[in-house]
Parts: sequence; structure tokens; C-alpha cells
Amino acid sequence: MSSTAEVTTQRSAPAAGAWLHGVVRDVEPATLAGIAGMDGGPVRAVSAAGLVAVVSAAPMDEYGEEPLRRNLEDLVWLERAARAHHAVVETLARQGPVVPARLATVHSGDDGVAASLAARRAELVATLDRLTGRGEWGVKGYLVPGAASVNAEAASAGGVGTAYLRRRRAQLTAREEHQQVASAAADAVHAALCEVAVAGRRHAPQDRRLSGAPTPMVLNGAYLVDVSALSRFTDLLGSLGGRHPGVRLELTGPWPAYSFVAERPAPDGVVGESR
Amino acid sequence: MTAGQPPSVVQNSGQVLPAGHEPANLGDILERVLDRGIVIAGDIRVSLLDIELLTLKLRLVIASVDTARQIGIDWWEHDPWLSSRARPPVELEPREPAQVEVERRSRARRRGAEVEEWDEFDG
Repeated sequence: MSSTAEVTTQRSAPAAGAWLHGVVRDVEPATLAGIAGMDGGPVRAVSAAGLVAVVSAAPMDEYGEEPLRRNLEDLVWLERAARAHHAVVETLARQGPVVPARLATVHSGDDGVAASLAARRAELVATLDRLTGRGEWGVKGYLVPGAASVNAEAASAGGVGTAYLRRRRAQLTAREEHQQVASAAADAVHAALCEVAVAGRRHAPQDRRLSGAPTPMVLNGAYLVDVSALSRFTDLLGSLGGRHPGVRLELTGPWPAYSFVAERPAPDGVVGESR
Repeated sequence: MTAGQPPSVVQNSGQVLPAGHEPANLGDILERVLDRGIVIAGDIRVSLLDIELLTLKLRLVIASVDTARQIGIDWWEHDPWLSSRARPPVELEPREPAQVEVERRSRARRRGAEVEEWDEFDG
């Protein structure tokens, strides 16, 4: 296939690798010119097999195998890289469908990028078709603590020994019940949202320290929604929030379709997939 | 994506997010760019196994760094949902990992010891 891979480098690259941001059908040079890539540098297009890969220059002293492994363990570097990569993907997504690459997809040169476009052309084209006119929306659900009972118990604080133990046990039981109610509500919310969405995925709830939320996350869903169905989706979410007071729902998006491009072992568009 | 511009964050409670919220939460971004997205084999390989290990570590570590930065290092101590510290020091359940971690860190800081952050989470 490499004979059909016509490599077009719009900016001359020094002897550096290519960090892949994502694959699109086409992109305006003006759009690319307005995007800052890794380390604030320019991004460029690598065209092959009728597709366009958008890449940043990746000097090997920073993005070679060993430095990259080391850098990924550096939280400051990682945050900067993640934000830069995401910013590029997000800008592309505003123009049309994009298949985002996972963080740290690095080729040693444009030829390698072109070859992988050619090799996976059918799959990439099918994915781009599936994403056209659709956006990914995130819905997170957080447990709402049973404020009433907890506060009542807190008010009677001051007991010692068995009184404390009894109170603590009652608290724990109440917490468990809340959690069960909230988890059933999360199931119901996810099922309902999947009715309106083209596809839905349930990801592992974020650790509380990752979410930064004061209460546990019970739903971490991603939904691929047709633009035409978006208002139905948000209306539904609003009414689900009213129906399930035990869960606080939060909508984020639109995101590039990160959750709907990976070739997981499970078939595409699986509803209710969880990891 | 050609989606319109509805509010980027809505909450059913009608509450507004706290001021100073990042445009997109770092945790949300990391979760997406590390865990999702298409895997195309580059010829510079950082194996997926490494990435997944990294993600696991991140779930445990970067988050606490980030939230500690945003919320203040002792936020969980004031939350009755996470801690029973305001109460007598009786432990009926394993303590919250966050709490254990913070205590470990402050101990380590007192000692002035180098702490191998990553390895401690690997078990």
C-alpha cells in the first residue's frame, strides 16, 4: 500500500518524529495554521489514502521511546501533553468528525504515519462515517448524601462508647442504602439515555480523588448523540434528574468521540458496556 | 462534530458549578486521552501495558495532587461523609485511602525522607 501513500508535508520537519493527534477526512490549511500542537509548536497534515493525519513534530530527545516513558511519569509533563493533545483534537472536532489518537502515539517519521493510514483506511473511514453529525456527551452521576439523617445524628453528638458505636453503625447502614438506591438510579438513567443516544458506554466511575467531588460517582457514562437529537437528550437528562433525587447528574461536552473509536474486544456501539 | 452550543455543564439540581472551574477538568481529559481514543501502533512504542499501569497510578496519585491543589490539602477532614475525625478516635471500618495517604505523606515530610510515590501504590 505504501506506493499509494502520497505523503504531503505542509511544513518542513526537522529530523523529528510525528506525534499523532487524530485522523480526519480533510482539513483546511487555515484551520491547521490556527492550532498549537505539542510544546506550542505548529501541527501539520500528513495525507495518505484519502485521509489526513494531523501530527505535531516530536523531537526524539523528548518523544523517543525512553524519554517518552520517563516523561509520562512526570505529572507536570503529562498534564501539559494531555491538554495540548486534547486541544488539537477538540479544535479538529469542531470542524467535522475526527478519530482521536490515544495519548503518546508517536511515529519516527511521516512515512510511518502514512503507512498506518493506508493500512487501516477501511476502519478509519467507517469510524469517521459513524461519527459524522454526532457528538460525545459525558454524563456523570454523583451520590447525593441523605443529608437529613446524617445531620440529625450529628446534632446529637457528644455521646461516648456504645452510643457512639450505635450512631456510627446507623450511619453506615444509611450510607449503604443510599448507595444501593443511587446505583439503581444510575442504571435507570443510563438505560434511558441509551434510548435517545446512538450508542452509550459506561466507564468505570472515577476515583473520588480524580473527580474531585465530595461524594462517590455512581455513573460515568459517555453517549454518542445525533446533533438532531441533542435537545431531546438534554431534556431527558433534566427530567431524569428530577426523577432520581438520589443522584446528582452532570453533563459535560460536546467531547470529541474518544469513547466511540476504540476497537475494544466488544463490538461497536455496545450499550451498557462496562469495564 | 457539528453539535450546537448548549450549556457545557448542566446540573439537575439547578446549582451552578463553583467559580474557577477549569474549562475541562484535568481528570476528564486524562481519562479520555489515556484510556480511550484509537490505538494506532506508532513505531515508537510505549506499550499499552505501561499506559494502563500509568492510568492506574494516576487514578490514585495525580488526582490527589490535583484536588489537593484546588481544594486545599485537608478538604476531606472537614467532610463528615469521608471522615469521622471530628468524633472519638474509634475505627469501625478501614480508613479512607485518601486519609491514610495524607497521613503517610505528612509523616514522610516530617522525616524529610524521599518517598517513592509510585511504588507504594503498586500492591
